[in-house]
Amino acid sequence: MCGTCGCGSLEVLIGGKRPPRLQSRGPVSFRTPKPHSHADDVEHHHAQSFEQSTDNASQLSALQALDSVQSRVIRVERDLFAKNDAIAANNRGFFAAHNMLVLNLVSSPGSGKTTLLVRTLNALKAKQGMAVIEGDQQTDNDAERIRTTGVPAIQINTGKGCHLDASMVGYAVEQLALIEGTLLFIENVGNLVCPAAFDLGEAAKVVILSVTEGEDKPLKYPDMFRAARLMLLNKCDLLPYLNFNVAEAIANAQRVNPEIEIIQLSAQSGDGMDAWLAWIENAQRTSVLA
Amino acid sequence: MHEMSLAESVLQIIEESARVQNFKHVRLVVLEIGKLAAIEPDAMRFCFDAVSRGTLAEDAQLQIIETPGAGICLACSAEFEMQEQYGLCAVCGSPRLKITAGNHMRVKDLAVE
Repeated sequence: MCGTCGCGSLEVLIGGKRPPRLQSRGPVSFRTPKPHSHADDVEHHHAQSFEQSTDNASQLSALQALDSVQSRVIRVERDLFAKNDAIAANNRGFFAAHNMLVLNLVSSPGSGKTTLLVRTLNALKAKQGMAVIEGDQQTDNDAERIRTTGVPAIQINTGKGCHLDASMVGYAVEQLALIEGTLLFIENVGNLVCPAAFDLGEAAKVVILSVTEGEDKPLKYPDMFRAARLMLLNKCDLLPYLNFNVAEAIANAQRVNPEIEIIQLSAQSGDGMDAWLAWIENAQRTSVLA
Repeated sequence: MHEMSLAESVLQIIEESARVQNFKHVRLVVLEIGKLAAIEPDAMRFCFDAVSRGTLAEDAQLQIIETPGAGICLACSAEFEMQEQYGLCAVCGSPRLKITAGNHMRVKDLAVE
C-alpha cells in the first residue's frame, strides 16, 4: 500500500459492478493512450539523486556497471500522468460536445460536500438536467442520499484507492443516461491530497473548506488549493461558535493560488447559496461559449 | 501522494515496453521525479517494491533522479527556480507564478535483458 496515504487500487466498483476496463492491474485502464511529447528544455541538475551520481555519462556507466554482458538500455521517456491526462482529454471532449458543465468537488472528509450537493440539486432540479458521480472507498450511502432528490447518481467505490481517475469517470459517464446540457457534479473521494493530481476532464475543481477545519489547510495542502478554481468556505453558520479566522483562511488560499475565487456559505442554513448558484450559472454560460 | 497508483503505472509502462522491445527481465528502472510533483521518493520505492513482486521487474533496482522546479512570474515574466509550489516572485514580489518545470514524473530509462 501507499506509504503516504494508504492508497491502493484493487476492487474498484462502479454502480456496484466491477467495470470490465478496470480489471487489469492498476486503477487506470486506458482506452486511447496518446503519444506524449515532453518539453524537456530544462537543464536537469542531478546532484540530488538518491543513489548514484547521475549526470548522463555517469548514469550510463551506472547502467553498464550493472552488467556488461546481457543488459541493454532502453530509453522510455514516458510521463506517468500522460495516460490519465489523455483519457481526461477524451472525457473533456465528450462533455464539450454535449454542452455539459462538469464540476469536480474535492475536500477533506466531513466538509459537507454531500449536504451542499443535495441542497444545490434541490435548488436547480426544476430548471436544469443534472447527474452526480459519487466517489468513496466504500458504501453506496452518498449516492443514495443524492437519489432522494430525484437526480440520477452513480457510485464509484474505489476500494483502497484514494482518488477518482479519468477512466473511472469515463466508465461511469457511460452508465449514466446523460442528456444534452446536463450539469454533472463529481464528488471526489474525501481527500485533500491525491485527487489534486488527477484530471477527470472537468471544467473546474471546486474545493470545499469548512470552518470547523483549520485556517491553514490551504498551506498544508497547497496542491489542491492550487488546482481549484473556486473555494467554498462552508458551515459559516457555525462561525459564532468557533475560533476560526475567515480573513486568514482566505489569505492563505490566495497565497497558494492568487487566482482562486471564494464564496462563503452554509449548506445547512442556505446562506450564501445564491452566490454559489450564480457562479454555476456563469460557469455554464462561459464554458458553453468556450 | 498516490504513490501506489503511480507505481502500478510504472509497471504498466514497463510491461508495454517489454511487449514492444521484447525483453523478459528488468534490472534497473530510472525514474525522473520533479521536485514540485508532490511525490515521495521513499514511498515510491516502497510501493514499486510491492507491485513489482512476481513480475518481470521483481528485484529491479530503482534509481530516482529528482529534477528541479522552475517557474515564471505572470506579472513580470521573470524565470526562476522554485522550491515550493507557491511563493513570491524574486524580482517583483507577485504571487502569480506559473510552474514551468518539475511537476512531472516519468520513466526515463530501463536496463533490461
